[in-house]
Amino acid sequence: MGEWLLVLAGGAIGAPARYLVGEAARRNLPSTFHWGTFLANMTASLILGFLVEAGTGGALGATGQALLSVGFCGALSTWSTFSSELHSMASALRVAQAAGYLLATVALGLALSFTGAAVARTLW
Amino acid sequence: MVVVVAVGGAAGALLRYGASRLWRNGSDAHAVWRVGEAAFPWTTLVVNVVGCFLMGVLTVALKERFIHAPRLLNPFLGTGVLGGFTTFSSYTDDTRRLLENDQAGAALGYLVLTVVAALAGVVLGVALARAVLTRPARPAAGPGRTA
Repeated sequence: MGEWLLVLAGGAIGAPARYLVGEAARRNLPSTFHWGTFLANMTASLILGFLVEAGTGGALGATGQALLSVGFCGALSTWSTFSSELHSMASALRVAQAAGYLLATVALGLALSFTGAAVARTLW
Repeated sequence: MVVVVAVGGAAGALLRYGASRLWRNGSDAHAVWRVGEAAFPWTTLVVNVVGCFLMGVLTVALKERFIHAPRLLNPFLGTGVLGGFTTFSSYTDDTRRLLENDQAGAALGYLVLTVVAALAGVVLGVALARAVLTRPARPAAGPGRTA
């Protein structure tokens, strides 16, 4: 039961964090790119890589895992909005832009996951 | 608005956690700490694809059919529930773990399969919602049919 509450709490923080990143990006960054979703996904990939490796090293218990990894990082990042944005770009015949967005997100997200894990390994 | 997204996000995260408890495999948070061969993360894959399909349905429903629906529905269901349900960070981390476990084939398969299935999910959701929710123009209203 406790873990469900922790996931709930993490989700209740992660999703609005993504929303606020999106709002801040909409005001301050060029609207030609989906900065909000991109930054939320990249941040979550970096943090989750770190947390999972910290868990493997025994530095993060089940409580932190449920709250931060499953709840917060899971809700901070999104596939549904990401693919919906790709779909609308492709529908507007901006196919090259959509492909670039897809490749940049997947490649950098994976690289950041490795980075987060590497940082955790140097600590534990 | 932030509260609405938070409530939706909490619900979405719980649904995703429930799915991972029902179908335990490589995407299970507890299996993450295990050393050795990692299982293929089917649960995360299915969760993400289902979330993308529902996002396609939701987009059409709110933008093309129920355009006078309460304005809070999109942040609640889209940004909150579906955003909290689907996850990109698990996708990248599952892939990293497969790569580090020398399961490059599974990693590549998961990487590509998620992209293809997620995009197919949105396209299918949009198409299905348009077919079911939006009515085609009445033939009688077309030119040349008024006589």
